Amino acid sequence: MLTFLRRRVVSSAIPLVFVVLGVFCLARLTGNPVNLYLPLSATPEQRAEFAAAHGFDQPIVTQLADYLTSLLVLDFGESLRTGQPAAEMVLAAFPATLQLAGVTMLIAIAGAVLLGCAAAYRPNSLADRVASILSMTAASIPDFWFAIMGVLVFGVTLEWLPTSGVSGGPEVWILPIATLLIRPFGVLVQVVRGAMVTALAAPYTKVARSKGASEKRVVFGHALRNAAMPALTVAGDLTIGLVNGAVVVETIFGWPGIGKLMIDSILQRDFAVLQAAVLITALTIFALNILIDVCYALLDSRVRQTVPA
Amino acid sequence: MTTTPGGRRRRNPSGARTGPPRWWTLLGGDRVAVCAAVVLTLVLLTALLGPLLIGDRAIRQDLDASLRPPSLDHGFFGLLGTDVLGRSVLARLIEAAGTTLSVAVPAVLCSLVVGSAVGMWAGYHGGRRESVAMRVADVILSFPSLLLAVVVLYVFEPSVANLVLILAIARVPIYLRTARAESAEIRSRLFVDAARTFGTRSGATIVRHILPIVLPTLLTVATLDFCFVMLTESSLSFLGIGIQPPEVSWGLMVAQGRQYLQTAWWIAVLPGVAIVMTTVSATILAAWARLATDPAQRWRLTLPRGRRRRPATTGEGTP
Amino acid sequence: MTPTTAPPARQPEPGAPPPALRVEGLTVDLTTPTGELRAVDGVGFSVHKGRTLALLGESGCGKSMTAQAVVGLLDPVARVTGGTAHVNGTEVLGLSRSQRARLAGPVLSIVFQDALTAMNPVRTVGAQLAEPFRIHRGLSRRAARERAVELMDGVGIPEPRARARSYPHQFSGGMRQRLLIAMAVALEPDVLIADEPTTALDVTVQAQVMELLADLQARQGMALVLITHDLAVVAEHADEVAVMYAGHVVETGPVTEVFTHPRHPYTRGLLDSVPERAAKGRPLHAVPGSPPELGSIPTGCVFQSRCPLAADVCAAERPRPRPTGPSRAAACHRSEELASD
Repeated sequence: MLTFLRRRVVSSAIPLVFVVLGVFCLARLTGNPVNLYLPLSATPEQRAEFAAAHGFDQPIVTQLADYLTSLLVLDFGESLRTGQPAAEMVLAAFPATLQLAGVTMLIAIAGAVLLGCAAAYRPNSLADRVASILSMTAASIPDFWFAIMGVLVFGVTLEWLPTSGVSGGPEVWILPIATLLIRPFGVLVQVVRGAMVTALAAPYTKVARSKGASEKRVVFGHALRNAAMPALTVAGDLTIGLVNGAVVVETIFGWPGIGKLMIDSILQRDFAVLQAAVLITALTIFALNILIDVCYALLDSRVRQTVPA
Repeated sequence: MTTTPGGRRRRNPSGARTGPPRWWTLLGGDRVAVCAAVVLTLVLLTALLGPLLIGDRAIRQDLDASLRPPSLDHGFFGLLGTDVLGRSVLARLIEAAGTTLSVAVPAVLCSLVVGSAVGMWAGYHGGRRESVAMRVADVILSFPSLLLAVVVLYVFEPSVANLVLILAIARVPIYLRTARAESAEIRSRLFVDAARTFGTRSGATIVRHILPIVLPTLLTVATLDFCFVMLTESSLSFLGIGIQPPEVSWGLMVAQGRQYLQTAWWIAVLPGVAIVMTTVSATILAAWARLATDPAQRWRLTLPRGRRRRPATTGEGTP
Repeated sequence: MTPTTAPPARQPEPGAPPPALRVEGLTVDLTTPTGELRAVDGVGFSVHKGRTLALLGESGCGKSMTAQAVVGLLDPVARVTGGTAHVNGTEVLGLSRSQRARLAGPVLSIVFQDALTAMNPVRTVGAQLAEPFRIHRGLSRRAARERAVELMDGVGIPEPRARARSYPHQFSGGMRQRLLIAMAVALEPDVLIADEPTTALDVTVQAQVMELLADLQARQGMALVLITHDLAVVAEHADEVAVMYAGHVVETGPVTEVFTHPRHPYTRGLLDSVPERAAKGRPLHAVPGSPPELGSIPTGCVFQSRCPLAADVCAAERPRPRPTGPSRAAACHRSEELASD
């Protein structure tokens, strides 16, 4: 198990390295940071002084080394807009996004398992139809438009729900979560349904029935455990995709999370904050991948033994 | 013991059938898929021919006509109302169809061509080439596509070309994985071995033997992916880092209409409807294509309507 | 397709106990894209406590489907449309799913053929073997685990306590089949149906598994229905045989008699195709042609197209099983001609 984990950490870290290097390169590509940070009226002396102070006159290798060491102490520089340390801003925004994404994924997984099982157990039933409509919706409706329609109907017309913000009771969560939910829920339902259809038709399901197992035991004790594997893989991909949704949802509903922070810092060309936000996101995804691998290995002993190269 | 579907019991109006049914026969059998195909064709025609029809109405401002609701009183271009600058929403929708498709179609084509080529090459050769290609795909996929777009579009100006590029890169892994999996499977089959024994070069083998088998699957994936690319483009435009004014795309129109939601709902609602209509059609068509290109499933489309769904419930596991 | 009535069940001798399993007129229909097909048509047989009945036939003749119909585990495309099956005198085909679940294990049990796919790949072998005790006896997890280890020991798994924590893929094919058998006999059922239990195994392992089955049968005194296409297995292990062809039972009787004096041309064809029986130097005999597809079973005798004795009556009328001797029956218009050979 430990060997397995170590190998998975190493192979999952490769994308992380790419992101770190990529962000560094992009930082150089955005043009000379000196021009970015100093006013146009700055004199050449001021520019040289600024460059020296921030190490921009050093060779690229030294700059990379400096960049990497500053990463280790979470030093991403300061925000152009507020002057606060970028890391501080990002860490402040992080929990809001994490809550939103966590609650959404929990609902999506629980709902998809229940609905997917019901749909697979009784094909063509009401549950099956609801499941297929949901997955169709998930693949076709733009989330920003869904959110705006929600605001139009429930916020503006019916005045049941607030149109944005986080202050207030649990009702502020409804529209953001509903918006964020459609895609992972719809996709996951279809995956769970497909995997359950396969599992319920498998010989081991028959054997379980031949032992006199109740239907509950057959579905949840035998079939679902097998169906969990493909569902878990997709759930991981969907969580990565949730970042996309979070950017949109947070922008529309004014949710003070990392997605909104990223868009704001792009529109105001606040590079230090963007860089920090991207790295934190990449780190989270890295941790998530490891977590999924561990779940995978716990679920299926075959994974523990055949470690992918 | 298993009776072959497509077999004896079905009456065939055109006499004896040889080979698999033609695709238009299959399409004709599925009314929903026909509707989807018609909608997509209309969108495509609108995007191609629409701009000739509307002239400069998509950008011509008329402050007297500001925020007119949809009505029949103001001619064809007043049908769907006007925005705050008095521009015809209908004309802007038509104009935006062109922009939206000019991003989505090239992006899908680029990722399809590059991803399939690399995927088939990797799958055919296997070994180190395969693992390097897969690792690259993993790296791209493990990064949220919107984030990728956000960062790149921060550095390079948001333009149609850059959007196409970034969307194509983000979607290459999808085709790469599919093509690799299928060609790795085909590689081990006898006719590929035979071709190799005769000294056919790998490129020729891939094109002649593997491509025809993999292509239907890849095209199905591409149809579905078209939705994804369109949605991502409209999200980016909505967020202000995609298509930039004065150009117009459906996503951008929703963004522009958002602040008038309380007074003029049609500006934000209608472009969304356009997006949904297009993506739903593509999804339906993709579902149909998946069925039609699968020899084991194709017969379902040739069944009379009422019975179509029934075998799906029990189709698993005939003895 | 004309529905056929059940063949007359052999009258039990007065005073003898009723058979552990008696199947009469069992009919199974399949729903296919091209319509309803009859896969099993009026099948009947019975087997007593402590005895072994072999259900013999080519693949696709409906023998597995017969077994699955009896235990109530047909695929959704198939359903029972006629007949009865009595286990210890209780009719089981009409039972609800939960009523059946109560019988599955302690009364009626089945061993499936492919032991790799028949075991749940993500649960430990111990947990799967403990399940019957958890379900029917309500034992605690720990107690059921103990019984599972005993079971594994009983079917000859070395180091059962350690191996109980392993997963199915960590066992060899023969060991997996042993586990599957152990699972099926855990609650000492009255009737055990073994569906091609040795098909996927190599010859030496086949012999061991058959020995294990025979051993368990002797120990628990259960009635065994052995489904197979292997004439040698039938000759060696079964007391009685029911030969199936295209969804019909064409001949039944004690193995020794049926195999020495077949009274149905299909049975004789099968026996003639065995190498040991053929005369040296002559080409090996084979039954010409192939079984009819389910959609095109002829109206008369199901075997007519391949039968060397086929006559006009065979095309016109489907033969009913008729007694051909004490406790024997064959469904052939011309079985008397075979008897004179």
